[in-house]
Amino acid sequence: MDKHATRLEQSIVDARKKKDILLMTHIVLGYPSFDDSLRVVEDMVKAGVDLMELQIPFSEPMADGPVILKANAEALKAGATVEQSFEMAERLTKEFDIPFLFMTYYNILFCQGIEAFVDRCKSIGIQGCIVPDLPPSEGQDYLDAMHKAELAPVHIFTPNTPEPRMRFLSDNSSGFIYSVARKGVTGKDTAFSEELESYLTTCRENTSLPLAVGFGVKSADDINFLRGKADIAVVGSETIRVMETEGVAGVKPFIETLVA
Amino acid sequence: MKNSGYYSQFGGAFIPEILVPTFDELESAYLEAREDESFWQEYLELMSTYSCRATPITKLDNLTEQLGGANIYVKREDLNHTGAHKANNVMGQGLLTRRMKKTRVIAETGAGQHGVATATMAAKFGFDCTIYMGAHDVERQRPNVFWMEQMGATVVAVTEGSQTLKDAINEAFRDWVTNMDDTHYVLGTACGPHPFPEMVSWFQSIIGTEARKQMLERTGKLPQRVYACVGGGSNAMGIFSGFFDDKEVELVGVEAGGRGRGSGEHAARLAYDDASIGVAQGYKTFFLQDRDGQMQDTHSVSAGLDYVGVSPILSHLHETEQVRFEAATDDDVVAAMQRTVRHEGLIPALESSHAFAQAYKEAPMMSSDDNILINMSGRADKDIFTVADAVHDPKWTEFIIKKADAYRREMNNG
Repeated sequence: MDKHATRLEQSIVDARKKKDILLMTHIVLGYPSFDDSLRVVEDMVKAGVDLMELQIPFSEPMADGPVILKANAEALKAGATVEQSFEMAERLTKEFDIPFLFMTYYNILFCQGIEAFVDRCKSIGIQGCIVPDLPPSEGQDYLDAMHKAELAPVHIFTPNTPEPRMRFLSDNSSGFIYSVARKGVTGKDTAFSEELESYLTTCRENTSLPLAVGFGVKSADDINFLRGKADIAVVGSETIRVMETEGVAGVKPFIETLVA
Repeated sequence: MKNSGYYSQFGGAFIPEILVPTFDELESAYLEAREDESFWQEYLELMSTYSCRATPITKLDNLTEQLGGANIYVKREDLNHTGAHKANNVMGQGLLTRRMKKTRVIAETGAGQHGVATATMAAKFGFDCTIYMGAHDVERQRPNVFWMEQMGATVVAVTEGSQTLKDAINEAFRDWVTNMDDTHYVLGTACGPHPFPEMVSWFQSIIGTEARKQMLERTGKLPQRVYACVGGGSNAMGIFSGFFDDKEVELVGVEAGGRGRGSGEHAARLAYDDASIGVAQGYKTFFLQDRDGQMQDTHSVSAGLDYVGVSPILSHLHETEQVRFEAATDDDVVAAMQRTVRHEGLIPALESSHAFAQAYKEAPMMSSDDNILINMSGRADKDIFTVADAVHDPKWTEFIIKKADAYRREMNNG
């Protein structure tokens, strides 16, 4: 694919000139409520988060662990709709000057219509999408639509991914590559080890896109480990866990410990 | 390069990246096994010595006479070891697991039949085994949980979502994305990402191959209609596949009508108009979902048919009209089951009783020269609690109360 840097990639590259590692966080829209989503994002941006994944809740989040799974279920139980997620995302992109991505499962796109979904992303200022159950071989329509809209389809590298497949995924991605630090689902512990370091070296060798690392990243130590090895540290389940134990007000102090 | 597993627009493999190499490995192992004639021979040998194959065909003489139409024959999958067609798939995947040199198996289960079958296979082959079962189903199917645990399996009650089959499938996938190196996921039905729909149908085709031959030997002709219940669709794919080339045989899939059309409480994806095309659990098919694509709660008296999706191969056969889909309501199903027990001494599972219910509805309108064939996919021993409630048997209630009192006394004294 003929690739030029998307707006997302460019803003990551620019931000990296000022910081040696960026922080991306993850929230589930509508959990515990849309008002809370707005407050949490505001706190995160104030605390210094550089970019954010907004998950549109889905009833069958196959790749997510217990924390995010529960957040999806609770958001839906509270009546969250895809339309409400779009509206909230539009508000967020207007109010806060950081890149926002959607993370969701393919059925959400499929039921909206792929092109309609991507057009809507474009019109509300979303810069990229992560769709964990959509490998490129199943997603040509999606890739074409994203490419046309100059939005970034982000794909995932895993410790099981062979190098030729990494290059294939990279060729089909823009913005950045999301590299998961270990097997399994979101929200479990990860060993930040030499093994991880050598895997990240392999990732780096197989893509020229910025590299984000997630799954099990939850402390300043974890982020320090990733400094110099990745461009973006992704803190996902942990912020949701903090929200659960300490309430929405606990998010800002937590993020501040990460970026200190 | 490889078959992407599409049946017109249905199927595919919508899997998390972490599982891509695992699915590549599985597909290669499966395709090699299909090429290798000795594999199928080994499978047939295993099924005839460990399970009860070939399962016979039984004519329902009394009900044929009572209903006064077509001659009713039944394919006896209930006579498999563990009491259901699930054994066919599980033993096949067990052989494949051994070929892939994996040492642990996991499975989802709804009614518990697939869980019991998988636990049996794991015990026989010496695999570690974990079974995921919706907490709601654990409640409904205690006897099966008991046997799985006796066979050394770990049974995990899934408390997420609607706590039924789909949630158990999600949990099994979550285990697999962590443990794929030594673990094979024995998916129980002809659903999920490619190659599962095709592979499970292949193992289940043993039913249809036998049944076609048996009907020809027994009656000198092919049946007019073949009935099978459809949850995920593996028993239906199994028996139907024997007749795909026989245009004169009408194939009838019977889904869970629950509380009926328009009630919103059923699991009829194809027979009713409530489902739409979507992608979940790794494949594209008709799902009972809302406009946003969120899966809806389903209802059926039978745990095994209580599922939001259906085999992509059956969605395809529905569109091409090679299979006719009907739904039987809970009430009709319980009545059909009681009728079969009372007049034939056969005990069809509540799942299988859906096929019986539809056949009993249609048989009287057919000629006595016609033969029809019902797939009795399993037996109902496991359903004793549900059935006892459904038929309001006071003696059963009394028994349970006495039993509970005895346990309570024991606990208080201990």
